[in-house]
Amino acid sequence: MVKKTKSLNLNFGPQHPAAHGVLRLILELDGEVVEKADPHIGLLHRGTEKLIEQKTYTQALPYFDRLDYVAPMNQEHAFALAAEKLLKIEVPIRAKYIRVIFCEIGRILSHILNVTTQALDVGALTPSLWGFEERETLMTFYERASGSRLHANYFRTGGVHQDIPLKLVEDIEKFCRSFPKIIDDLEGLLTDNRIFKQRNVEIGIVTQQEALDHSFSGVMLRGSGVPWDLRRSQPYEIYKDLDFKIPVGKNGDCYDRYLCRIEEMRESIKIILQCIERLPKGPVKSIDGKITPPKRDDLKQSMEALIHHFKLFTEGYRVPKGDVYTAVEAPKGEFGVYLISDGSNKPYRCKIRAPGFSHLQAMDYLIRGHMLADVPAVLGSLDIVFGEVDR
Amino acid sequence: MLENLKKLERHINSELSSKIHNSVIKNDELLIEVGENDLTEVVQFIKSNEKLKFRQLIDIAGVDYPEEEKRFNLIYLFLSHENNSRLKLLVKFETSQTINSITKIFPSANWMEREVFDMYGIKFKNHPDLRRILTDYGFKGHPLRKDFPLTGFNEVRYSEKEKKVVYEPVKLEQNYRNFDFESPWEGTNYLKNKTNIEKDGKKN
Repeated sequence: MVKKTKSLNLNFGPQHPAAHGVLRLILELDGEVVEKADPHIGLLHRGTEKLIEQKTYTQALPYFDRLDYVAPMNQEHAFALAAEKLLKIEVPIRAKYIRVIFCEIGRILSHILNVTTQALDVGALTPSLWGFEERETLMTFYERASGSRLHANYFRTGGVHQDIPLKLVEDIEKFCRSFPKIIDDLEGLLTDNRIFKQRNVEIGIVTQQEALDHSFSGVMLRGSGVPWDLRRSQPYEIYKDLDFKIPVGKNGDCYDRYLCRIEEMRESIKIILQCIERLPKGPVKSIDGKITPPKRDDLKQSMEALIHHFKLFTEGYRVPKGDVYTAVEAPKGEFGVYLISDGSNKPYRCKIRAPGFSHLQAMDYLIRGHMLADVPAVLGSLDIVFGEVDR
Repeated sequence: MLENLKKLERHINSELSSKIHNSVIKNDELLIEVGENDLTEVVQFIKSNEKLKFRQLIDIAGVDYPEEEKRFNLIYLFLSHENNSRLKLLVKFETSQTINSITKIFPSANWMEREVFDMYGIKFKNHPDLRRILTDYGFKGHPLRKDFPLTGFNEVRYSEKEKKVVYEPVKLEQNYRNFDFESPWEGTNYLKNKTNIEKDGKKN
């Protein structure tokens, strides 16, 4: 006699703590084995690309903070680079260093969040408590530079908004000296932890070929053994001159991706320390008065500055006709901005390439044949943030 | 960098000369325009060709030019890890046309094409699962078209009476205002060449 089996449909999310936001995952289960996963996204869709088309270039920048909100400045960076490439302006060297420092802080912010919540998803509570304390410290650095903890709006076309105080640089350095100890502590909790390994080793394996086919980037690609990092292969800002390593995984499973993230945090610390050591003096904004606003002091004295200020905050600046694609190595992978300008003061089209979008797309293929309990583990290691997936 | 791009351009042009409408190198990026019927062949070629090896599809971007006869543009962004180079493929077509899906060649094109369909209403032939992806269930219209208003058509709120979320036409307390700050003045020519030199001297 043949027994008839019926598969069970299960709604995972949109309100589920392990869904990392608002993901509605429709799972088809055979017993406890997942047969199919259909992610429904767009619950956080805010029409960023449409909104950007209506704003001037300066006004468009804050929208990028709201994409991947755990590492805001990395996103701003991609847009600033795109506009700079079209305008063909040079960024002062000090601004480049400051940008790199804050991008690496963003990377640590994102990796702490991901590593600790991945641990949380598989049952470890302590790492997230320890990790979030450090994130808080890092966010005060963001606050001291830009005025806000999360939505920084700090990078500008042609540089950064304002200079950072010396005390802040010292404090960042102090943090960098103490932080490796915290990573060691986190590793002590997780790396050789029997339960953590049982939940992550050989789960969600991605081969090199599949990683390429599914448009993976960042840790998802490196975890599978592809040595590819845009900071090294297509260097922007000052990454060319910095000494850092690219950790590459071997097996392409959740555990390797975790190890990559841990190592990347250590490398980021190295990068920040090098930047602080070499941090040059000078302007932090392009000196082209048609692009960057004048100093507050000048407004009282100089007619020219006053006019520039007025024009920049009403009309904005015009960007030459053309299209450009720039990508940065964001913590989650290749974050790109494809910008089309029609020569006016607003972008004609701004396509945002979010790494999480491609990663989540592969969810169906990654989870097939796994147990239901592996869903949060795989989802955690994909490093999904819905701000950027839904845009 | 530029040398490599030129070499790349020459190679693609010599191999696919009949299918390529136009190719430009601007801002250190190579843009190649192909006909909408040749798209799948060209994509297959640049993926499998030994010299090109564009093994990764980065993104598909739709663009809307309502005034033009061929209203929609699709830009396919490719990346080659082996050669460390990028390539943009451009396809122009009219509203009524459908485009061949490239999901067979690049599985990751699935959601990207769904997004373009959702945002622009461009239909893809042979796509396994062409549904909306980012907008709401039951959404009407294609938001990234230039004739779609920024405020949209419907808004939602929780109705205390019906005990559920209800959809209503958008009611604005004040009309959406789009100020045109753009100055028609183009500036003078003698200033444009001089400004940079002067500023360098004055500040810092």
